[in-house]
Amino acid sequence: MRDLLILGAGPAGMAAATEAARLGLSATLLDEAEGPGGQIYRAITTGGASRAALLGADYMHGATLAKDLMASPVEQIFTATVWDIAKSAEGVTLTYSRNGQAAQITGKTLLLVTGAIERPVPIPGWTLPGVMTAGAGQILLKASGILPERAVLAGSGPLLYLLAVQMARAGMPPLALVETQSTRDILRAAPLLLPGLRGWRTLLKGLGLLAELRRHGVRRITAATDLAVLGTDHATALRFRAQGRVQEIACATVMLHQGVVPNTQATRALRLDHQWLPRQRAFAPVCDASGATSAPGIYVAGDGSGIAGAKAAADAGRLAALTIAASLGYLTEAARRAQSRAPAARLSAERALRPFLDTAYPVPEAVLRPADGTTVCRCEEITAGQIRNWGRKGAMGPNQLKAFGRPGMGPCQGRSCALTLTELLAETHGSSPAEIGLGRIRPPLKPVTLGELASLHEGDTPL
Amino acid sequence: MKPAFRNLSPEAPCVEILWDGAPLQLPNGANLAGALLAAGIGTFRKTPVSGAPRAPYCMMGSCYDCLVTIAGVTRQACQVTVSAGLVVAPAGGSDA
Repeated sequence: MRDLLILGAGPAGMAAATEAARLGLSATLLDEAEGPGGQIYRAITTGGASRAALLGADYMHGATLAKDLMASPVEQIFTATVWDIAKSAEGVTLTYSRNGQAAQITGKTLLLVTGAIERPVPIPGWTLPGVMTAGAGQILLKASGILPERAVLAGSGPLLYLLAVQMARAGMPPLALVETQSTRDILRAAPLLLPGLRGWRTLLKGLGLLAELRRHGVRRITAATDLAVLGTDHATALRFRAQGRVQEIACATVMLHQGVVPNTQATRALRLDHQWLPRQRAFAPVCDASGATSAPGIYVAGDGSGIAGAKAAADAGRLAALTIAASLGYLTEAARRAQSRAPAARLSAERALRPFLDTAYPVPEAVLRPADGTTVCRCEEITAGQIRNWGRKGAMGPNQLKAFGRPGMGPCQGRSCALTLTELLAETHGSSPAEIGLGRIRPPLKPVTLGELASLHEGDTPL
Repeated sequence: MKPAFRNLSPEAPCVEILWDGAPLQLPNGANLAGALLAAGIGTFRKTPVSGAPRAPYCMMGSCYDCLVTIAGVTRQACQVTVSAGLVVAPAGGSDA
């Protein structure tokens, strides 16, 4: 039986797999994509690398991680959609589909490195074709080499600056950046700057992006409120209020962003303990410094355990691999401590700037708890007003809500609405998101066909 | 309508697929959702609840708004690679 299964081939998964192999563990890495990289280094071994000049040095850092992984003896299974995770006496078994067949794979330990997803940005019109996330814009550029012609970037957070700069470098700058944070937010964050200075490299990069945006003449509007996408069958404009008046910018694409949040589908399906992170306004699995969770033998690392970025994720992956190696007897406790020092120090420096960033780019109230008429569950087309109404009628938590009208029960299984449902119920009941919690996740984690189910042979036979 | 997206490296060799019954030339090996967007396909499907039009939102397998059917099986277009002869249609059997 394998020593270690790793779910996710982003920075944390690539670094952990490489480190585990170096320490002598037999490790298997699974990912839904066609190759390593995750979302941040998407297509790093294929098309993305040919666009290095556009994407920048930070993106190309992923090429080093991927090269080390490819040179390692780690078993790698790509285009694998994992849809069940089960604990057993021997360890952990993953069930996945690949090329229309299903298979199972068992390991003594499991590292979940499932990364981040975009925070839901429920504003009027956000379900229209032509509205995407800024992360989607990045993926289209990295994986497909395509960019939107007449785009407005809207919301808040450094990713908007990076995407805008990449678009400008490609000769297709966005029509405008419409940002929701205000000078007051920056001032509120200022006291956090000094303790965050260990993250000065990240800060300098951000200032460099802003300078590049100015050079390209990209229009920036800040402190915007009341954002709405206009259009009937497709986005035609972004409307917002700024400088005391309502404004509209005609466009073909709106790319929204309000930061990213941990992707907790797998950790919740396993019913690991989770905690509410008040500053990030999101839930994350409870874990120690090595990524050990509330379930023995199951570890987490990277943005899936709390947002800290790609470089932090790689070091968190290495730390988890060292601890798992020690737990299986491949490494003495003294050696684990010694080898953990360097990645732990880098990780702590990478995390230092997060409190400043989270405070300087806060999620607007109107996005956390939208107005009654705004759709919050994209799949079942349920509005914030319906959720509030069902809350008043007695739905105390997201699981009870399901019985009232299926929010979070469509194909996305709550990925696009879970946090909003929790925030709305907390508001209705005058309690906190921590008390309300998130809805339960049940297998299959991703849709599976009857044909795939029928093809499943029990036992350990990787596809 | 003018395509909302521009392909930065249009020299990739194309193959023919069927989109909603009509032939379409897409770059071989490309991401299907990205390739359809670049080909000017603005609506991927209509929702089963209200019939509202939808198109890719997250491009990372999370939102399920890019659902299409391929040879009768509902798939996320953002998780599929373009190959010759794919028979792709809007999910839900609507006339999106």
